[in-house]
This record gives sequence, C-alpha cells and structure tokens, in this order.
Amino acid sequence: MTHVRATVRPFVLAAIAAIATGALLAGCAAGPEPSGPASSEPVVLTLVTHDSFALGEGVLEDFTAETGIEVRVHAAGNAGALVNSLILTKDSPLGDVVFGIDNTFASRPVEAGVLEPYVSGALTAAEAPYLLEGLGREELTPVTSGDVCVNADLAWFAEHDLAVPETLEDLIDPTYRGLTVVEAANTSSPGLAFLLATIGTFGEPGWQDYWRALVANDVKVAAGWSDAYYVDFSGPSSEGDRPLVVSYASSPLAEITDPAAPAPTGVLLDTCFRQTEYAGVIAGTAHPVEARQLVDFLVSERVQEDVPTSMWVLPVLQSAELPEAWAAHVALPESPVTIDSASIEAHREQWIGEWAAIAVP
Amino acid sequence: MGGDRRTLSLRGASTVAIAAVALVLLAALAVFFVWPVTAILWRGIAPDGVPDPAGMLEVLARLRTQRIIGMTLAQAAIATCCAVLLGVPAAMVLYRLRFPGRSLARAAAMVPFVMPTVVVGIAFRVLVDGTVLEDSWWAIILALVFFNVPVVIRTVGTAWEDLDPVLEESAADLGARPISAFLRVTLPRLAPAIASAALVVFLFCATAFGVVLVLGGARFGTVETEIWTLTTQYLDLQGAATLSILQLVVVVGLLIATSRFRPVSELRTPSAGRAPRAGDWPVLASTAVTAILLAAPIVVLILRSLRDGPDWTLDNYLALGSLGGRTTIAIPPLAALGNSLAFGAGAAAIALAFGLAASVLLSRPARSRAMRRFVAALDGALMLPLGVSAVTVGFGFLIALDRPPLDLRTSALLVPIAQALVAVPLVIRMLLPVLRGVDPLLRDAAADLGAGPWAVLRTIDLRLVARPVVAAGGLAFAMSLGEFGATAFLSRGDQATLPVLIERLASTPGPGNFGVATAASVLLAAVVALVLGAAELGQPRRHA
Repeated sequence: MTHVRATVRPFVLAAIAAIATGALLAGCAAGPEPSGPASSEPVVLTLVTHDSFALGEGVLEDFTAETGIEVRVHAAGNAGALVNSLILTKDSPLGDVVFGIDNTFASRPVEAGVLEPYVSGALTAAEAPYLLEGLGREELTPVTSGDVCVNADLAWFAEHDLAVPETLEDLIDPTYRGLTVVEAANTSSPGLAFLLATIGTFGEPGWQDYWRALVANDVKVAAGWSDAYYVDFSGPSSEGDRPLVVSYASSPLAEITDPAAPAPTGVLLDTCFRQTEYAGVIAGTAHPVEARQLVDFLVSERVQEDVPTSMWVLPVLQSAELPEAWAAHVALPESPVTIDSASIEAHREQWIGEWAAIAVP
Repeated sequence: MGGDRRTLSLRGASTVAIAAVALVLLAALAVFFVWPVTAILWRGIAPDGVPDPAGMLEVLARLRTQRIIGMTLAQAAIATCCAVLLGVPAAMVLYRLRFPGRSLARAAAMVPFVMPTVVVGIAFRVLVDGTVLEDSWWAIILALVFFNVPVVIRTVGTAWEDLDPVLEESAADLGARPISAFLRVTLPRLAPAIASAALVVFLFCATAFGVVLVLGGARFGTVETEIWTLTTQYLDLQGAATLSILQLVVVVGLLIATSRFRPVSELRTPSAGRAPRAGDWPVLASTAVTAILLAAPIVVLILRSLRDGPDWTLDNYLALGSLGGRTTIAIPPLAALGNSLAFGAGAAAIALAFGLAASVLLSRPARSRAMRRFVAALDGALMLPLGVSAVTVGFGFLIALDRPPLDLRTSALLVPIAQALVAVPLVIRMLLPVLRGVDPLLRDAAADLGAGPWAVLRTIDLRLVARPVVAAGGLAFAMSLGEFGATAFLSRGDQATLPVLIERLASTPGPGNFGVATAASVLLAAVVALVLGAAELGQPRRHA
C-alpha cells in the first residue's frame, strides 16, 4: 500500500495543512476574548479600507505607541467594493473601523445600518462644511478631500497660441474641439465625479444637452484614469495629443521636475467636483472604545499632515499644515460642485445609464 | 484461486482509495467554491429571503443585458478561433522542430499569459492609437488573443510532443503532402488537446475582465465587466447574481458539449523532434506573425520603462528595490516579487496535487454506467471555477468563509487557495488528455505481468505524465504569478503581490509611478521567462 500514500499523501497533507493553518489563523483573527481591562493582550483593530489607502511609514505605529492598540489594514477593493463588502458582511463584520466611504457612496451603508453613530469630537466648526447633510451626519467623520478637475497641458496651449479654457462651457466651444479626454462614468471614479460636476453645474435636463455638445465637440472617453492620463493626455509624462484631461487637483504636482518653476500642467478651477472620504465605526465591533480612538487618530494632525504625500488628497483638518510643494503648487477651487449623497444614491443608475446612451452609445 | 483473490482484494483497496481521493476533492471544491458561490448567489436570488424570479427575469429582459451576452459570446468565440489558428502552428514549431534556443523560446512564449492587464492594456492602446483599431472592438480581440495564444501553444505543444511522428512520416513517404498528412493523420490525434485548449481559452476570454475594461470598457462590456459594474457601482446583487447564473449555465453547456472529445488510446512514443526543413515555411511564417503579435506590446513596455519623459534612463529599474518616497505602495516592488513567488509556489503545489489526483481519478476506466456518469460530472465540476466571475467568488469568500474554523477572510492563506482554484482546471486539462490517451492494453499488460494497481499507476501513468506534470506545474506557477483579480480582492497591503502593486502604481498619480510600474512589469515578464525556462531545462529527459 505504499503507493497509495505516494499518490494521495501530498494532497491530503496539503488539505490538512490548509485546514489546520486556517483554523489557527481564524483563531488568531478572532482576537483575544473580551477579558476586561486587566488583560495584558493588546487590542488589535482591523481597519477596513479601499485599495488606494496608504499612510506614510511609521504613522500607524505612532498610534500603537500612543495607545497600545495595534492596527491591521484590510483592503477590500475599490470604493464601491468596499461599501458592498461592509453591507454583505453586516452580520459578521470584517473589521472595527472603516475608512474610504466617499460622498458618492455614503448613504447606502448608513441606510443598511452597518455603521455605529459616532463622529470624532476632534472636528471643529472649521471642518463642518465637510460633514454630510442628512443621512450619515451622525455616523461618518470626514477625513480627506480631493477635487476632480479638468487638467490642462499649459505648454501645449502656449505652443499653439491658444488661451487655456476656464469653464465647463469652454470645453464645448469649437475652438477646443478634439482637445479633451474624460474617463467613462460607468467604469471610473474620476469619470463619475466629472459627470456629477456637469450635473451639479447644469442641472436637469441641462446636463444631457451639455454632454451631447461635448460629444459633438469630439470628446474622447477613456475607460480609466491611467489610460486617459498616460495614453491620451499630452502632458510631460504622457504619450497622447489631447491637452485637456479629467484628473485631480493635485495632479500637476506629479509633473513638476524643477521646484522653482511653475508646474507644466494646471487645473481648471471651475470644473471641479469635490470627493470627500469618510471614516466610521463599524457596527458590531468588539472594541467600540478603541475603534473611536482610531477614528479620532485619522483626523489628528499626525495623519492629516501625512495624507497629501501618501494619498494625494487634502486633509479636512483646517489647522493641518500642507507640505511646501502643495502650498506652492496646488490650487484649490473656491466653490467646487457638490451634490448630496442621498440624491446621488437615488439617481446613480439612471444618470450613468443616460450618460452612457449619450457618450458611449 | 490464490492469484484471483489477490487481484480482488487489491481491486477493493484501489476502489476505496479512489473513493477517498474523490471525497477529498469534492470536499475541497465544496468548501472553497460551491459554498461561497452559492452563498453570494442566494443573496441575489432572494434579496429579502424569498426568491424573486420576476426580478431576475426583468434583468434578463433588459436590452443591455442581451446585447452584453451576445457581445461576450461573439468576442470569446472569435478570440478563441484566432488563438487556436495562431497557436497550433507555433506549437508545432516549438514542440516538434529541433533548433537552438528552443527551451528559451518555449518559456518566452508563456510570458504574455501572466502580464498585468492594466499595463498591457495601456501598451495595446499605445500600439493601436491612430490606427483603424483605435476605439474598436477588434482591439479587445487582439489583446485577448495576445493573452491566450500561450495557453494553446503550451497545451497543444505538450500533447504534440508525445505523439509518435512515425505515422505522419510514413504518410509523407507514401506521397501525402505535408498539409494533408497533418489533416488526416496528426490532427485527429491532436484534436482532444486542441479541444481542451480551446475550451480553456474560451472560458478565459468569456470571463476576461481587466483588458476588456481598459480597451473598451465604456462601450463594449462583457458579462464579467457587467457583473463587476453591477456589484461595485450599483450594488445591484440581484442583477449580478442573474448574470452569474447565466454565466454558469453557459459554462456547463459548453462543458457538456466538449466532453464528447475523448482521445483515441494509443501507445505514446515521444520524439525529440526533427530539424526544420524547407517545406515548413508556412508554419514558420505563421509562427513569426504570432511572435510579432506577442512581442509588440512587451517591446512598447520595455521602451517606456527605459524613459523618464523624453530622457532615456535606468531610474525606473533602480527604483524597484526601494519605496523611493512612494507612500502609495506599502512595500517595494522587489519585496512584492518575493510575495508573488511564495504565493505562486504554494498555489502551484496545491494545484498540482489537486490536479494530478483528479486527473488520475478521472482517467481510470469506469466500470459501470453510474460510475461513468459520476466521473463525467466530477470532470465538469472541477472546470467550473474557470467560468465563474472572480468578483462573485471574491464576495462569496467574504460572506461564506466568515466564521471559525474557516474565517479565512483576512488570512494570507486565501490567496494561494484562490489562485489554485483557477489553476486546477488548467492542470487537469493538460494532464487528463495524456492519461486518457494511455492505451488500456498497456495497463492490462502490466497487470498481467503481476503489477498491482499502484505499481501500474507508478510505472505507467505517472511515468508517462512526468513531463506534462512539469509543464502544468510551470503553467500553474506562472498563472499564479500573474493572477490579479482574486489576489487584489484578498491580499493585504504588506502582502501585496507584484501584479497588484503594478496596478496600484499605474493607477495612482505621482511622479514616476507609471515608469516604475512598467519597469516592474518587465521584471515580472523576465522572472516568468526565467522560471519556465528553468523548468523546461530541468524536465526529466525523455528516452530517445
């Protein structure tokens, strides 16, 4: 019977090892039993977030040093996948704290009851404009804010002796025919943000007419940010020939080679949609007190001053100091377009459907 | 009589062992595939705990759904035909002809299969921009062919290598032209391997995701991209479940349709190949075209990786070992490569153990009608993971494997398991045709000479399958190295694999990010070529 073993054994062993390790890991994942404050075991929190989450080296370690709480990061895909994961795992939560729910997805998880009511007390009146209106106001703490705006290749416009456009209306001017590339609203997050900028600006039914005009003016629709920016845009790090692209307010910073000179690309400040990302305590956490501490930490100066360089977004904390390059080169829109998240939730499918019928028939 | 009793008892033992192996296979499939997928589908089928067939029918009745189903099938069918037409001649050149550098060429031919889709998508867009293919549906087909020709080359080539060339050569000696000798003598014997490859490629194309999104995302959806959109954009589980079930139905139908292809049993007398001759020019020309198609996007990537704006530089490569101030990634690309290699080795080991056991089991001649049915059903069931959306499986893991003793949701173990799930069908498709092709007379002869069932297994089956096992192991490993969908879903920041890191770098603004992403892609390609090349050289030598 030795040959039986020779064939069967590797798999059986692998299976046993897999199950045993799984059980072991599961045991660890379940964490220490709630044994009261006397326990010397450190509390381990799981921070559930999207795959664009990043913090500078040592930032989370500082939180551990300060509080004795350890943090594990679990990335659950893009922002939509993150929200969906939270809702699907409501009965057996993936973690204790969530970061990365943005204002285009905020009302769904609140409605589904996956968040505990808590907003960090570290916020002051200066940050109030970032709080959600209505649904989510009691559950979500604003952490970062980023503006999606049309970027312009300034060198191209100088070379072609053409004025840089300023507004959304300019993009449908025949002067700028064939110069713009945008991301698709049905496959890309900045693409959806740009669609929302047009909806917020022109309203119903004006935005549909605007998009028809944009298509008539030979706008190019790319699937995602990477290929719009690197393939179609004409900027210094790109291959394309279109000098206008939907990107982020912070994008020009990535194009700077000489810190003393102005950035070779710029932002059209009247075309911006503001995306705010929120954190919250996940309902059902075994460590509600510690989870709140982590939410507070996310809006502390330590994290807030780190997010520009780690995630290319702005802190919401007004007292946070911006990195020098940001202060010098990132221009911010004074009145970016916003649409309340309940309204986005109610119309998302309809808007994207109508948009697709016009822009990518 | 004594001898008979001995045979009988051994037969009993082998039946028990076969049943045990089958049970373990089924249990693993149930826990890591059937259960998670059923759990997530049930949420969609019965949103409020009660099945809602009317809602699902409404999803199917949508014009958009029907258009997308048609597009998916057409796209996969055309891409599969092209991949087979280009892959078979290349398989002949790489596995039937003898020339210097053949091992390296075989390894290099696998590289496209593991390239990260976003980066290749961008390379393809650079290639087709300004041509008639820009914004066209055919660009997607071209990219799908790029990714899948390697599967055809390897699957068909490995089988071809084991075909006795004497028959074909005698046909030629009798005056048959090479093409008719191929069509009448070789093709019928190669058909099961080609059918196997075509089936796998069709499933890959029908569930293709990243490359479809980059090259045609907004305009040309597939069932797979639609499931992704419904799940992550609209959070519409009912719509996603409806499409997933449809995907399953199509896959099962396809499996039933192709299960008729069974190899003709024959004695295998592998040959080391022959030198090319003048009459081979059509095959060589076709292979040259294939080589250009496979190389072009990779050349674009290499060129881009050597540039920073207008300047030529090695900086992108020098940055691979460090974070370089890039906080958008948690670990340097080289560390991610280490993760990839570790996960890949684990996944390949699981896939090989699982796939080999399953193939041996499935290749045993069935003694009864019921047994035959069972084997056919198991065969099909093991192929299913290839045809089910990675998004569905990923979310299924989240809600099904959520309690001890199987709370694997945040465990690193889930990565090689998920990767192996997709690699197992491929391993089976490579091993099964070889094992099924073993002449039963050979086994009977060995048994008559006194070999017990396990000696037969060892001396006949395992020996014949040794080379395909190395080939399949290499493929499973390479596939795990390149796997993105499931890994992205499951891996944590500090355990990121190289493809996950590359996608992250390519899709985050930041100085030099894209350059480093291309350099890391070139590195991934080089490592895959190296690993497969080593496997090729390290294969057991065939007896000439």
